Amino acid sequence: MGVHALALVGGLVSVTFMFELLRRRQLKEKYAVLWLLVGIVMLVLAAWPPLLNALATATGVKSGPNLLLFVGTLVLIVVCVHLSWEISRLEDKSRALAEEIGLLRLEVEQGVRQR
Amino acid sequence: MSDRCLVVIPALNEESAVGDVVTAVRDVLPTAHVVVVDDGSTDKTADVARGAGADVISLPFNVGVGGALRAGFRYARRFGYERVVQVDGDGQHNPVHIPDLLGALVDADVVIGARFAGVGDYEVRGPRKLAMRLLARSLSRRTGQRLTDTTSGFRAFNRKAVELFAVDYPAEYLGDTVEALVIAARAGLRVTQIPVEMRPRTTGAPSQHWVKSTVYLGRVFLALAMSRLRR
Repeated sequence: MGVHALALVGGLVSVTFMFELLRRRQLKEKYAVLWLLVGIVMLVLAAWPPLLNALATATGVKSGPNLLLFVGTLVLIVVCVHLSWEISRLEDKSRALAEEIGLLRLEVEQGVRQR
Repeated sequence: MSDRCLVVIPALNEESAVGDVVTAVRDVLPTAHVVVVDDGSTDKTADVARGAGADVISLPFNVGVGGALRAGFRYARRFGYERVVQVDGDGQHNPVHIPDLLGALVDADVVIGARFAGVGDYEVRGPRKLAMRLLARSLSRRTGQRLTDTTSGFRAFNRKAVELFAVDYPAEYLGDTVEALVIAARAGLRVTQIPVEMRPRTTGAPSQHWVKSTVYLGRVFLALAMSRLRR
């Protein structure tokens, strides 16, 4: 069992896992699609190792694994930034909801008092 | 509510001070409607405020001064108040100056009660002083008015400003005071200041430690840089 078999198993497991999460509606489509793509790329590279080296040569990177590391890191950074952005949006929304709840609570109190 | 004036008091865990603030405001402005925005306090702030005769907007969790204020502006807009006064819940603002703030609204949309404008003896030192100077200079340029105290939370707003801030009031730290002025200036509102005297805090300690002050300075730079890029 070589490193390629290992990558193949890893790719299969992650694709299956993502697919399952998506099927059970545990994951929003927009996130699932991203991870599915990552899993599929892993699978393809594992199933056909020469592709990685061909890509490395084509882009002028010395070796395949280097290219893999570089692209992998880049993808992770982008995903992290995206998540920060999503959290900021959610915080804004929950803040607006909190304000609205406070206002409504006061209006309810005043309504009860007037009755 | 003859003059349709709303006094908004943001408060976070100020049970020992907020009652006196509400009472003092009501003494000065008997016709104004006083609303305390309880920003997720864990003490009896809301009860004390109600006991002193204020209405209370209780936020379910802490959202920061900016969020608390926006809730106040939304309330003012929803019920058609002509003018809003913002007073801190910790008792450092003397309500005696509220009529002066309201009076200055005659030829301005936002009036700041400034602490270093000659009245009183409020004093800061070190990095914090530098930070406040920088802010003052930058915002004076932006608003076309000489402002000396841009972080003061003692302010008055007219209808135009309320309409603007009910929609767009920044939540970020420093945003609530500094960036609000940038937003006002960008929207073409007239910002001015009048001198006020500060009372010593009745609770809490002023944050004057040099590490804190330096961090504060850094955040000021960041806030200024951001607001410049956003224009």
